Amino acid sequence: MSVKVSMKVNGKPASAEVEARTLLVTFIRENLRLTGTHVGCDTAQCGACTVLMNGKAIKSCSIVAMQAEGADILTIEGVAKADGTLHPMQQAFKDNHGLQCGFCTPGMVMNALDFAAANPNPTEKEVREALEGNLCRCTGYHNIVKSIMAGARAMAASK
Amino acid sequence: MTAPLIGARIARKEDYRFLTGAGQYTDDVALPNQAYAAFVRSPHAHANIRAIDTGAARSSPGFVGVYTGADLAAAKVGTLPCGWLITDIAGKPMKEPPHPCLAQGKVRYVGDPVAVVIADTPQRARDAAERVEVDYEVLPAVVDAVKAREKGAPVLHEIAPDNTCYVWALGDKGAVDAAFASAAHVTRLEFVNNRLAPNAIEPRSALGAYSRAADEYTLYVANQNPHVERLLMTAFVLGLPEHKVRVVAPDVGGGFGSKIYLYNEDVVVTWAARQLNRPVKWTSDRAEAFVSDAHGRDHVTVAELALDRDGKFLAMRVRTTANLGAYLSTFASAVPTILYATLLAGQYTTPVIYCEVAAAFTNTTPVDAYRGAGRPEATYVVERLVETAARELKLDPAELRRRNFIRKFPYQTPVALQYDTGDYEATLAAANELADVKGYAARKDESARRGKLRGLGYAAYIEACGIAPSAVAGALGARAGLFEAGEIRVHPTGTVTVFTGSHSHGQGHETTFAQVVAERLGLPIENVEIVHGDTSKVLFGMGTYGSRSIAVGGTAIMKALDKVIAKGKKIAAHLLEASEADIEYDRGIFKVAGTDRKKAFGEIAFAAYVPHNYPHDKLEPGLNENAFYDPSNFTFPAGTYVCEVEVDRDTGQVSIDRFTAVDDFGKVINPMIVEGQVHGGLTQGIGQALTEGCRYDANGQLLTGSLMDYCLPRAGDVPSFKVDTRETPCTHNPLGVKGCGEAGAIGAPAAVINALTDALGVKDLPMPATAHTVWRALQKKAA
Repeated sequence: MSVKVSMKVNGKPASAEVEARTLLVTFIRENLRLTGTHVGCDTAQCGACTVLMNGKAIKSCSIVAMQAEGADILTIEGVAKADGTLHPMQQAFKDNHGLQCGFCTPGMVMNALDFAAANPNPTEKEVREALEGNLCRCTGYHNIVKSIMAGARAMAASK
Repeated sequence: MTAPLIGARIARKEDYRFLTGAGQYTDDVALPNQAYAAFVRSPHAHANIRAIDTGAARSSPGFVGVYTGADLAAAKVGTLPCGWLITDIAGKPMKEPPHPCLAQGKVRYVGDPVAVVIADTPQRARDAAERVEVDYEVLPAVVDAVKAREKGAPVLHEIAPDNTCYVWALGDKGAVDAAFASAAHVTRLEFVNNRLAPNAIEPRSALGAYSRAADEYTLYVANQNPHVERLLMTAFVLGLPEHKVRVVAPDVGGGFGSKIYLYNEDVVVTWAARQLNRPVKWTSDRAEAFVSDAHGRDHVTVAELALDRDGKFLAMRVRTTANLGAYLSTFASAVPTILYATLLAGQYTTPVIYCEVAAAFTNTTPVDAYRGAGRPEATYVVERLVETAARELKLDPAELRRRNFIRKFPYQTPVALQYDTGDYEATLAAANELADVKGYAARKDESARRGKLRGLGYAAYIEACGIAPSAVAGALGARAGLFEAGEIRVHPTGTVTVFTGSHSHGQGHETTFAQVVAERLGLPIENVEIVHGDTSKVLFGMGTYGSRSIAVGGTAIMKALDKVIAKGKKIAAHLLEASEADIEYDRGIFKVAGTDRKKAFGEIAFAAYVPHNYPHDKLEPGLNENAFYDPSNFTFPAGTYVCEVEVDRDTGQVSIDRFTAVDDFGKVINPMIVEGQVHGGLTQGIGQALTEGCRYDANGQLLTGSLMDYCLPRAGDVPSFKVDTRETPCTHNPLGVKGCGEAGAIGAPAAVINALTDALGVKDLPMPATAHTVWRALQKKAA
C-alpha cells in the first residue's frame, strides 16, 4: 500500500508517495536524500537517527513517516545558519572535540538541542542522564558531555 | 613567527562536514539505478544444506536477482583468504579450511550467509530474502573453544578433525619450568577473556558497481584499508585485474578492527554488480552486525607468575585456548599468537616466559582483531597476575611493579620484541599523583561510612604498535607487507595535497597529518589537505589498525616531505645562483646560509611548474614526491592506569568513581585528539570489564544479538577521565611517535577488575563483572 506523506522538513515543504511501512528515517534519507540522519541500530537504542519533531527530539527509526504527517521536522542539515555558520551547539562540539567518526554526532546534536532548550546550565550528571538514549563508541562520552554543557550555556547566552 | 603546530590543540578540519550532516558514509552514496542486497543467513549454528528453493523469492515484488553458493562456485569465485600463516608447535602450517562467500553445502555459525537476494528497494530485498526456503539438516554444534578440542566434539571442517587450527608456542619451556620449580612464590589465575562484539555505530555497508564501457569495478565499502581490501578481493577471490578495480572507503563511522577484513558481503556485491549490470548495495542492520562482524577476544587462559622472596619476577607460564569462530577471518590467526604472546613481558624484566596457544574452530561468528587485538588479552594476563601477586605477598602493587620495571633500553624481552625506549617509573609516578592515590585511604573510609565498598586497581600496560617491519612480520607468517605509503603533491601556487595510505575513521588524520605537513613545510595549515580512502587517488596503502597510522603513515609522509625539500633546495640553488649545499630550509623559506638571499616555498613551487628559469639538464619539472616507509622496529606505547570503583553491597552495582590514565605515546602531535582516543579506548575497556560480552547458548544461538541484550557503555556508565601523557620519543622514526589508538582498551580491563577484586576482597571475578556477577560474589563471600 502506498500513501502520500507531507510535512515540513528544515523549513521547507516535503512530500512523497511512499509505502505505508516507510519509516520516518527512511523517508528522510531515501526520499529526501538528507543523509545526515543516520541509522545505527534496529532497536531504537543508538539514537543516531534523532531528529526534532515539532521541537522535540525523537528517534526517527521508531515512527513511520505517516505519523509525522503535517509535522515540522528539523534534521542536522537544518541546524546551521543559512550562511553556513555553525549553531552554538555544533560549535561547542567542534571546540570540545565532541566527535570522532561523526556517525553518532547528528543524533547527539539533535538530542542536545532539545535538552539544552530546557536546561540552559546543566550539570555533568544531568547531561549524562540526558544521553541515555544515544550511543557513541568513539569518544567515551567525556568530550560529548563537555560539548553539551558548553553548548547549552552558549545557547542560553545567545538568546 | 607562527606558533608550532606539532603539539597544538588544533580543532579538527573534518568536523564541519560531520556536524552539518554532510559526511558521506557508504550508505549515503547513491548510484543511479542501484539495487539492494539482502543476505539469507543461517538460523542454525551447524547444519548441512539439503536444498535451497529460490522460486518464491523470484516472484517477489521488485525482484532483481538471487545467487547461492552454487552460483559462486560455478563462476569460480574463490574463498576468503587468511592473511597470516601460523606455523604450529610441530613445524606444520595451520589448518586453513575454505571460507566461502556464500555457504557451500554446509553452514557453520548462526549468520553464515547462504544466499543473496537483490531487489529494487532494501525493504523488497528483505521481503524476497524471507521467501528463500532453505532445507537444513541440523547438526550438533560446539561454541566453546575448550570443548571443541575434546574428543567427540562436532567437527566443523574436514581438514581439522580435532577442530584445532594450530597449537603454537613461544618461549623457553624448559627454562620456565625450572624457574617455577625453585620459586619462592607462585601466583596462579584462570580466567576467560570475554568475547566482544565491536559495534562501530556505523553498520558495515558495501556498494559494488561495474561499468561495461570501461570494464571497471568500483566498490564503496566501510573499511579501514581499501588497498588491502582490493588486493585480497582481486588477487585471492575474484581473480580480477587489480587496475580495473577501485575501492573507496569514504567516511567510515568507526572501525575498531571490525572493518579491516575482507568480508563475504563485499565480494558478493562486487561480483553481483557485474552479473546484473547495475550497482548493488548492502547495508547491515545491527542484528546482522552482531552475527556477521568479526568478534574479538574469547580466550580461556591459565596464567602463572613465579617470584622470588623479594618479589622479583622469575618466570611466567601461560596456556591459552583461543576461539577463532567458524572460519579464519583475515588476520584471525595472528591475534592470539604474534600479537599476544610477544607482549607478555609487559613492563617487566621477567627473564623467561613460555606461552602456548591452542586455537580452535567453533560454531560461532569468526573472531579477529578488535581494538588492541591480543594486547588487551596479554595485558590482562600480566597485570592481573602482578596485582594478585602483590596482594598475596602483602606488597604495595605499585612497589611490586617498581621492583620489576625495565629501566635500561633498548631492552630485549624473552618473547621476541626489543623495546627501544620507555620510562615506566615516570608514568607510574604521574598516575599516582594524578589519581591522588595518597588520598585513597580516606576515600575508602568515607565510602565505608556510606555503607559502600571501595577498591583501587592498577594496570601498567605496554603494547607493540607501528606495525610492522615487513621482513620481521614476513618471517612470523604475515602474507602482506606492512609498510605505508604517502605522497606530497605541491601545487604551482604552493598549496599542498597529501595522499596517505592510512585511513581515518574517527582518528582525525585530516587534522593531525596536516599539522605535521604544515609544520615541516612552514605553511599555514589551511594550505594542506589530506586525502585518504580511495585506491584511485592514493598510490598505495596498508591502512589503519594496530595504532600504526602516525608512526608508519606519518613517517612515510615525512620521508616524502624530505624529498620535496631536497628538490626544492636544488631549484632554489639554481634560482639563487648558489651551491645546493648552502641552501637552508626553514619555515617556508629557502635561504642561502649566512645571507639574506632567499626564495619562499611558493616561489619554488611556481618555478617547478613554470620552469622558464630552471636547471633542465639536472632536474625534472614539477614538485610531487612519494615515499614508502617500512619501519625498522615496532613502537612501544606504555602507561599506567589507576581505577577506583565503588560498589553497592546490596545490589552489586559498580560505579567507576575515578579513572586516571597516564600514557607515554612518544611525541604527541595533537593532545586534544590523543586525549579523545584515550577516552574512547578506556570506555571500550570498561565495557569489556563491566558490561559487554557475547553469550551463545549450547546450540550456538547468539543470545546477545541486539543492543537490548549486549550492553554497550552509555554516558552514565563512565566517569569523566583524568588523562595525561609523559614523553619518551620513539627512537626510530623522525617524529618520535608511537601511536595512541588502542591503549585505553588495552589497559582498562585489568585496572577495573583489579579495583573491583580489591573492593570485594576476592581473588578473581569474571568479565563482564555485571551487577549480578558482583552481587553473587558478595553473597558467596558472606556465606
